[in-house]
Amino acid sequence: MTALLNMDQLLDQLEAGLRELMARRGIESPALVGIRTGGVWIADALKKRLGLDEPFGELDISFYRDDFSRIGLNPRVKPSHLPFETEGRDIVLVDDVIMSGRTIRAAMNEIFDYGRPASIILATLIDLGNRELPIQPDVVAQTLTLKETQRVKLRGPDPLRIEMRETE
Amino acid sequence: MTAHDPSSHSLQLTSSGQLKHFLTLDGLERALLTDILDTADSFIEVGERTIKKVPLLRGKTVVNLFFESSTRTRSTFELAAKRLSADVLNLDISTSATSKGESLSDTLLNLEAMASDMFVVRHSQSGAPHFIAESVTPGVAIINAGDGRHAHPTQAMLDMLTIRQHKGGFEGLKVAIVGDILHSRVARSQIRALNALGAEEVRVIAPGTLLPRDVESLGCTVEYDMIRGMRDLDVVIMLRLQKERMEGALLPSEREFYRLYGLSQDKLALARPDCLVMHPGPINRGVEIESAVADGPQSVILNQVTNGIAVRMAVMSMAMSGQVSERTQAVGEQG
Repeated sequence: MTALLNMDQLLDQLEAGLRELMARRGIESPALVGIRTGGVWIADALKKRLGLDEPFGELDISFYRDDFSRIGLNPRVKPSHLPFETEGRDIVLVDDVIMSGRTIRAAMNEIFDYGRPASIILATLIDLGNRELPIQPDVVAQTLTLKETQRVKLRGPDPLRIEMRETE
Repeated sequence: MTAHDPSSHSLQLTSSGQLKHFLTLDGLERALLTDILDTADSFIEVGERTIKKVPLLRGKTVVNLFFESSTRTRSTFELAAKRLSADVLNLDISTSATSKGESLSDTLLNLEAMASDMFVVRHSQSGAPHFIAESVTPGVAIINAGDGRHAHPTQAMLDMLTIRQHKGGFEGLKVAIVGDILHSRVARSQIRALNALGAEEVRVIAPGTLLPRDVESLGCTVEYDMIRGMRDLDVVIMLRLQKERMEGALLPSEREFYRLYGLSQDKLALARPDCLVMHPGPINRGVEIESAVADGPQSVILNQVTNGIAVRMAVMSMAMSGQVSERTQAVGEQG
C-alpha cells in the first residue's frame, strides 16, 4: 500500500476548480451533498475550505442502486440526511472516486426525490475513467489510469489519505 | 405444526444467514433483529421526503393474501410495498376463491402464474405462512402478517423499533405485556423479540384464564395483580381484548376486566415516570385502556403505526434480497 497522492494538494485543486466554476455560474451559496462514505469526508473538507455555514447533506444510495436484482440490499445501509430543501437549490454533489458513473446516477435520482434542484455540479477527487454511463464530473482533482490489478481507496476521516494497492 | 417448529429456522434463512422469508422470530438472533431495526431506521427517513418512494422493488409484484380481515396491517403492508415501488395486489381471500371451493394450493398456483414475487400472508390457522413457504416456487418470498395464535413478527419488530427510538436500546428495560395473552400472537412474538434483544425483564400481566399454559417457558415472568405488576416498568404494552375470539366465559365482564387490568392514569402512575404506553391497535377505549392514557404524553401508539410502514419496508426488501442472493448462488453453482 502506498500513498502516492498528496491529499492537501488534491483538495486544493478541487477547491480551486469548484470556486472557478461557481464564480462563472454565479453560485454563491451552494448546498453540499456527499455520497457515503468517502464523498462525505470530502464534502466536510470542502465545506471548511469554502467557508460555508450550512451543514452538508449525506446520501446513502443503497436504496437506489441498479444491481439490487443481482446482489440484493446493502446490509449496512444508513439513513440519508439532507438538512435543507433541495427544491430550487444549486447543489454540489461530492464523491471521492468516479468510475462507472452508476453511483452518480443513483445519487441524482435520490436527490430529485427530495425536490427539484436548480442545478447539480459534480465534484470528484479522483476520476478513474472506465465510464459505463454518459456522466462526467464538472470538477476533478486528479485523473488516474489504473492497471487491471490496481485499486484505489480513500481512507479517513482523520487523516484523509488515498491508498493504492495491487490485487492478485 | 407447533409454535416452535425448528424447521422454520432453515426455512426462513439462506445458507449464509440472510432473511429470505419472514415467518417467525423463533431462531432469529439479535444481530439479524438489529439489522432489521437499522434498515427500518433508514426507511423512516424515506417517509419524511417529498417523494416517499425508493426504487428497490420496482418491477416486483407483492400479493397481500389476507385470509382473515385486517385494516391496519394490510394497509401498512400495502403502503410499504408501494413505497418500495412494487406493484401490489390485495386479495381478500375470506370473501373470494376459497368460498367457491378452491383449495389453498390451487389459489397459490394461480397467483404464482401471475409471476408474483412475494406473498404477505395473514391466516387464522397457525403455521399457514410456514406451509406456504415450504410449497412455494423458489424465488418467492413469504412474509407472515399474523397466523392464528402463533406469531405476528412484523408487529413485534415495529414495537421494538418504537421502544429503541424512545429508550435508546433494550439493556436494563423492564417491559410488561398486559391483557389477553392467551389469544395473542402479538404477545408471543413480542416476548421472543424482547428476549432476543436483551431486555432485562419481560412480564406478562393477566388473569389466569387469559394466559396460555406454561407461559413462563416463553421467557417471561407472570403477575396476576396489575397494581403489583406496574412497579418499575419502562414500557407497558396493552393488548386488545379479542372479543371475537372469546369462547366461553373467560371473563366475568368487560367492566370487571377494565377495573382489574385496564390501563388507567392511576395504574400508569405506579410505573416509572417515563414509562412508554404502547398498544398494537385497534384500541378499545374504556375496555383495556383509558382514553386519557391512550392520548396522553406517554403514549406512543401512533408512532407505532408510522414505524409499522418502515419495518415492513425493511423486512420486505431484506427478504427479497435474500431470495436474490440465493438465486445468484444457485446460478453460480451451476457454473
